[in-house]
Amino acid sequence: MNDLDALESQSIYILREAFNRLDKIALLWSIGKDSNVLLWLVRKAFLGHVPFPVIHVDTHHKIPEMIEFRDRVAREWNLPLLIGQNDAALAEGMGPHRGRVECCSALKTEGLKQVIADHKLTGVIAGIRRDEEGTRAKERVFSPRSETAEWDVKDQPPEFWGQFKTDFPAGTHIRIHPLLAWTELDVWRYIRRESIPVVNLYFSKNGKRYRSLGCAPCTSPIDSTASSVDEIIEELETTRISERSGRAQDRESEDAFERLRTGGYM
Amino acid sequence: MTSTTTPMNIVVVGHVDHGKSTLVGRLLHETGALPDGKVETLREVCERRGMPFEWAFVMDALQAERDQGITIDTARIRFRTQARPYVIIDAPGHKEFLKNMITGAASAEAALLVIDAAEGVREQSRRHGYLLHLLGLRQVAVAVNKMDLVNFDQARFEEVKAEIVDYLGSIGLSPTHVIPVAARSGANISTRAAETPWYTGPTVLAALDGFAPALPDTDLPLRFPIQDVYKFDHRRLIAGKIESGRLTVGDTLVFAPSGKSARVASLEHWGAGDVSDRADAGRSVAITLDEQIFVERGQIATHADTPPILSHTIAARLFWLGRNPLTVGARYRLKLATAEHTVEVAAIRRVIDVVDLGHHDGIEVGRNAVAEIELRTRAPVAHDSFVDNPRLGRFVLVEGHDIVGGGVIARAEGEQTGATIGSGIIPVDLHARSLANGHRGGVVWLTGLSGAGKSTIAAEVERRLFLRGWQVTILDGDALRLGLNSDLGFSPKDRAENIRRSGEVAHLLAESGLIVLAAFISPYRADRDRVRTINPEAFHEIHVATALAECERRDPKGLYGKARTGAIPQFTGLSAPYEPPETPDLTLATEGRSIEDCVTELLHYIDNTFALTAKEQAERWGL
Repeated sequence: MNDLDALESQSIYILREAFNRLDKIALLWSIGKDSNVLLWLVRKAFLGHVPFPVIHVDTHHKIPEMIEFRDRVAREWNLPLLIGQNDAALAEGMGPHRGRVECCSALKTEGLKQVIADHKLTGVIAGIRRDEEGTRAKERVFSPRSETAEWDVKDQPPEFWGQFKTDFPAGTHIRIHPLLAWTELDVWRYIRRESIPVVNLYFSKNGKRYRSLGCAPCTSPIDSTASSVDEIIEELETTRISERSGRAQDRESEDAFERLRTGGYM
Repeated sequence: MTSTTTPMNIVVVGHVDHGKSTLVGRLLHETGALPDGKVETLREVCERRGMPFEWAFVMDALQAERDQGITIDTARIRFRTQARPYVIIDAPGHKEFLKNMITGAASAEAALLVIDAAEGVREQSRRHGYLLHLLGLRQVAVAVNKMDLVNFDQARFEEVKAEIVDYLGSIGLSPTHVIPVAARSGANISTRAAETPWYTGPTVLAALDGFAPALPDTDLPLRFPIQDVYKFDHRRLIAGKIESGRLTVGDTLVFAPSGKSARVASLEHWGAGDVSDRADAGRSVAITLDEQIFVERGQIATHADTPPILSHTIAARLFWLGRNPLTVGARYRLKLATAEHTVEVAAIRRVIDVVDLGHHDGIEVGRNAVAEIELRTRAPVAHDSFVDNPRLGRFVLVEGHDIVGGGVIARAEGEQTGATIGSGIIPVDLHARSLANGHRGGVVWLTGLSGAGKSTIAAEVERRLFLRGWQVTILDGDALRLGLNSDLGFSPKDRAENIRRSGEVAHLLAESGLIVLAAFISPYRADRDRVRTINPEAFHEIHVATALAECERRDPKGLYGKARTGAIPQFTGLSAPYEPPETPDLTLATEGRSIEDCVTELLHYIDNTFALTAKEQAERWGL
């Protein structure tokens, strides 16, 4: 067993635990590299099956290549895809011009809450990782959310010896984070090992590439010449730039991302 | 496997404010692990807050942590030395956040205990040291921090060192190194400090590089707890993670506790790549069997020659995180690997004071305390002792929706080994039920006038027995007349039928192991005797003896008043006879006594009558 085998096995254990212990779960698919890895692990855990819905929260501001990729992969892998969106906010023209945190809250967090309510989900699997950002570093693998989807960072359940909190009062739901222990580099090494498809936006074109994918107005590419998975791995082994540096909503204020997350953002 | 990519997990623990987060921030800085701009961003944050630069802000990502200057939850951050990558787990030192410290420490392979040179060894220094040992960590280095505050005084360092080495030694832990450190200025973090020429040991980084990586438990016996069984297609897949040992296609597996066995027909794979017919500890797998035996989540697959222990009792050392104290007689859900059991706390052997290592007897274990306890379960639990196989030798307890404690299982004297697996199916007879419940079943028949106190006494006795964990229920005459006996009136014939049916129900329940508190006026001796003959040994007649005048004075339901006006015909004691028992098993006189007195007397009778004999107790505990 090497380190990727260990990460893979632990993630599969978590996915199987969520499937066994929770009533109605779904996987949140952002179309980014992490949730593609997660989908791959679901198919490994359940021997080729995807035994619960895959949700994409569409903000209508995504980069077009992402939506093309989504529809192609969903077709090829025969995914049980559900599209969620905040119709009311979209109808009245919500966008980053109203404030980035406000826009994220309305289109992503609210959009997600609506899907959770519509499908009466008790668990949502998301591909966040501890090394992405400080508040995500403090997350649990099974992380409870209140009835209003809030995250109580000051009173999180203990989690040890592979035992997770899987019992909840009615009305609450749980976020499951099977990739919490992975790093950005682990994700790319696993993508290389397993030949997992990713959106072309990650590969350098004209000296720029996307390192983290989000909505078009708030995500910018970084300077990079890495145009293959191998070159990306090489680049990450030496970089000192943080992964979410191209994500504008994180830096609106000192605690912008924490406020987004306690409100229910992934 | 390349040693350069497998990270080592290190937890940093210690008393609040002794500088754990600062030390970690400094480590990250000196190993070049912080992204460009991170230090500048934090410098801006500190300037905005009008405070000196704070390394701890690297780890303390939550707003409340920066506001209060303490770590609330564990964070995990990475860095790499030339030897290997590390995951650093920064655990909070505040007592209130012990559950978060455990969450961090339980996944670590080694620990760094940080102690303030000026303050010396404090309560949480000891508590964390104790818990590291309890969690099974054996590699601990100590950093005596803030040496700059004591002018890098060697005498002070030796004093603190002696104190912590002494404490850790007394719980069986020997630190690999004790290092004088000033995290804020970087002394002895990655480079040797000029201020400590008297110190000849390694820097913090060198001490970390000296830790040995944890290896998967491949050499231990196979333990494959079943996580789920899938039937997505024609295959019946048995899924789970191999906790220890290895599994090969063709192996014969024995499933505990059922004792059933079958051979591994295949190891299933999805996707290209792995087609191996062998899987080692740590691997999540799915297998098929050559026979369709009943297998479900919670069972543990092992090889026949190395079975786990099966027993109804578990002795364990426990740390308690619950808001409510753990008490003798209380019931919790126990989770061990993928198995779940309802357990009862049979005994608290001793509560341990982790600060001075003293101990005392206790009837409860409070939050954040450590104790040695004994649990018992109805169904046998398959497990190992913690020293033999940590992965099957530890469990958590759940109360309501929450994990409230964790325990490591002691090796028991003369414990029942797995050799008895499959030695026979336990018959569900009265004896088996008694052993499982810890008491016999039977009918406690309370007879007496209306208002004598039957229901009041029964309710309180039921509550007390229930709190002890006994299986008990009440059959109440009034309640049964609303349902089962709603077609019956109060003629002698109907009264006889009422008591006949109620008596049958009472005995049925008693045969299922319950103590049945039956509260019926049951005025006719012949009716009661008929109930007794169903099973004389299990029938106990209690006369709740209260004189008519007193009952009429109490008249809790206003019935005597109505009977006197003739509104209720055939009322026992007034217009219908009451025949008191001639030789009751117990006469409870209620007049002039408190309810408590009467309850105590009846409980005493029940204890003497329904408790297990010493021989049965021994059988129950597998001795």
